[in-house]
Amino acid sequence: MDHPSAAAIFNKDEARTEWHDKALWYVRSKRDLSAKSIPEWEQLRQIASAIKAHALSNLDNYLVEFEENAKKNGITVHWAQDGKEHNEIVHSILKAKEVKKLVKSKSMLTEECHLNPYLEEKGIEVIDTDLGERIVQLSKEPPSHIVMPAIHKKKEDIGQLFHEKLGTEAGASDPQYLAEAARQHLRQNFLTADASLTGVNFAIAETGGVVVCTNEGNADLGVSLAPIHIASMGIEKLIPKAAHLGVFLRLLARSATGQPITSFSSHFHGPKPGSEMHIIIVDNGRTEQLGRDDFRKSLNCIRCGACMNTCPVYRRSGGHSYGYTVPGPIGSILSPGKDLKKYSSLPFASTLCGSCSDVCPVKIDIHTQLYKWRQIIAKEHELPWSKRQAMKVAGYMFSHPNMYRTAGKAGRAMLKVTPKTLVNGPWNVWGKSRDLPPPPKESFRDWYLKNRVKK
Amino acid sequence: MKVALFIPCYVDQFYPNVGIATLELLEKLGVEVDFPLDQTCCGQPMANSGCETDGIGAANLFVENFKDYDYIVGPTGSCVLHVRDHFNKIQQTEEVKKVRAKTYELCEFLVDVLKVEHIEAEFPHKVGLHLSCHGLRGMRLGQSSEIVGQDFSKMRGLLEKVKGIELIELDRKDECCGFGGTFAVTEEAVSVKMGKDRVADHVRHGAEVLTGGDMSCLMHLGGIISRKDQPLKVMHIAEILNGATL
Ligand code: SF4
Repeated sequence: MDHPSAAAIFNKDEARTEWHDKALWYVRSKRDLSAKSIPEWEQLRQIASAIKAHALSNLDNYLVEFEENAKKNGITVHWAQDGKEHNEIVHSILKAKEVKKLVKSKSMLTEECHLNPYLEEKGIEVIDTDLGERIVQLSKEPPSHIVMPAIHKKKEDIGQLFHEKLGTEAGASDPQYLAEAARQHLRQNFLTADASLTGVNFAIAETGGVVVCTNEGNADLGVSLAPIHIASMGIEKLIPKAAHLGVFLRLLARSATGQPITSFSSHFHGPKPGSEMHIIIVDNGRTEQLGRDDFRKSLNCIRCGACMNTCPVYRRSGGHSYGYTVPGPIGSILSPGKDLKKYSSLPFASTLCGSCSDVCPVKIDIHTQLYKWRQIIAKEHELPWSKRQAMKVAGYMFSHPNMYRTAGKAGRAMLKVTPKTLVNGPWNVWGKSRDLPPPPKESFRDWYLKNRVKK
Repeated sequence: MKVALFIPCYVDQFYPNVGIATLELLEKLGVEVDFPLDQTCCGQPMANSGCETDGIGAANLFVENFKDYDYIVGPTGSCVLHVRDHFNKIQQTEEVKKVRAKTYELCEFLVDVLKVEHIEAEFPHKVGLHLSCHGLRGMRLGQSSEIVGQDFSKMRGLLEKVKGIELIELDRKDECCGFGGTFAVTEEAVSVKMGKDRVADHVRHGAEVLTGGDMSCLMHLGGIISRKDQPLKVMHIAEILNGATL
């Protein structure tokens, strides 16, 4: 389903749309307060963007440096070309130790690779341990947001889900009660897991270690209890030095939720005694994106979710309407690079208001990239035929002043004599919920000729 | 100073009053204004739909019409932004470069070029200002709420010079109205919801008039207001600055 159709369905329940919009706007407002408490905010964004630009243009060297240092730390490093290879590597590690149960902390990359269904098919139980992730996992849905995966669910929905899956009391929706039930449920799983998998927020070339940011401490708990730790990362997670972390950690949580810092910033620099640590470095289309001049900067993304929270379209259409692992503005510039045809409606799911670009902590020119994807989509014939033809006609008309004036006059005359009920028929999408302006008797040009041009 | 008036196509056709207000306002401020008669459209609708190449004819015509002027002034942030940012698709002759640099949004022209200190207008009403995105985040006619720094708005500054005016505060001071060109039709559901929410914010804070610098946003918001019989009127900022009455 394309974005407009999914968004139209979402908007059928106007009260719920409003609730969704307000929930996310609240997060955006918290971000504003938090960002504004730092006078050097704009400077930080600038530095972060520069570090990323540097790291991305020297990625070949930094990846090698990172691998060397990680190996020195006793970490096994794997390289995966795509999602399939990533999943196979995970499986081979787990199979070697006869792992039955894997606990996972939040990782958008494993969502991107569809790791869960792959492992489940192989008979391995996968438990997402981030509360929001667990909620969407239990309800068999993809996350609708990259930081708050279950933001589309009301507490009543979660109460019902937990009642069915975890045996909480029927009708209970008190967040504290539900969180406690989830905690008990997850604790059991932490204690019985044979391996843990985490995502990676930052990989440091200089030290060969990775940093994972969570609010629930679930990454630490998983890693500390299980004898195997697998960390999956995209190649773009690399930063050159540990000193650079300060810049990103200050930006990340403030942009994401308005917190000064995530509750846990866990540094993993090697296996704990008697256990193994693996890092899987995944490409899955990133090198291709790196090679696209106009879109390279999208790899700056630190997955804070701020562009989603600020996006007036995302807030009123929900993450699932995008149909891609990463929704919202950033998803709309990443997805066309993966499959132009399938995601051709996403760069158009925007008014190009530019709020995403202004909020982005690493200064990705998101709305400019949306504009540029539109040009490519039209060129590759992925625009609806009627729209393409309309633009051709408009382009011709606007190059011919006489034709433009005649068409304008005819249009206004038509509107004047056509009854409103007819104007607003089903063929007029504009008129479904909006009136057209009453047609004036003359154009500005006509007025000007009468009133200003000396006869 | 030779100044040309640029009236976007839809303003020419549907909102002649906005063109007249812009012209009269500039004349009152002592500017001699010409209206090149063969102007049509800047080409933005095509470009934003992904059909940049279909807008090239319009862009070339625009340059042809306006190349001999010192300044080109239009009552729109959106179309002016298109001229400045997206006329990079045609050959960059000296004329094209000059036209791109010298095309101004009306309020920006009043503040930055004319350095207007005084506005001869009275408007004793509660007014809500809609900051259109292309003017705000594209042309930086003000500070957007996402950016950390000194708050300012060229439009607000001008309105504050109008006698008797009361500018209301909004819950969301610069959220997009949902027009977005063809977005208004292709993403009808979201577009209308965004517009309804903007209108509600103005109504909630008692605005009698909703104003802004882009008639396209105001056409969309006005369409919603009119359909729902809401108790407020839409006016372009040029009309208020030119001394219009309610
Ligand atoms: S694009 Fe920018 S704002 Fe959006 S998630 Fe990535 S870093 Fe955050």
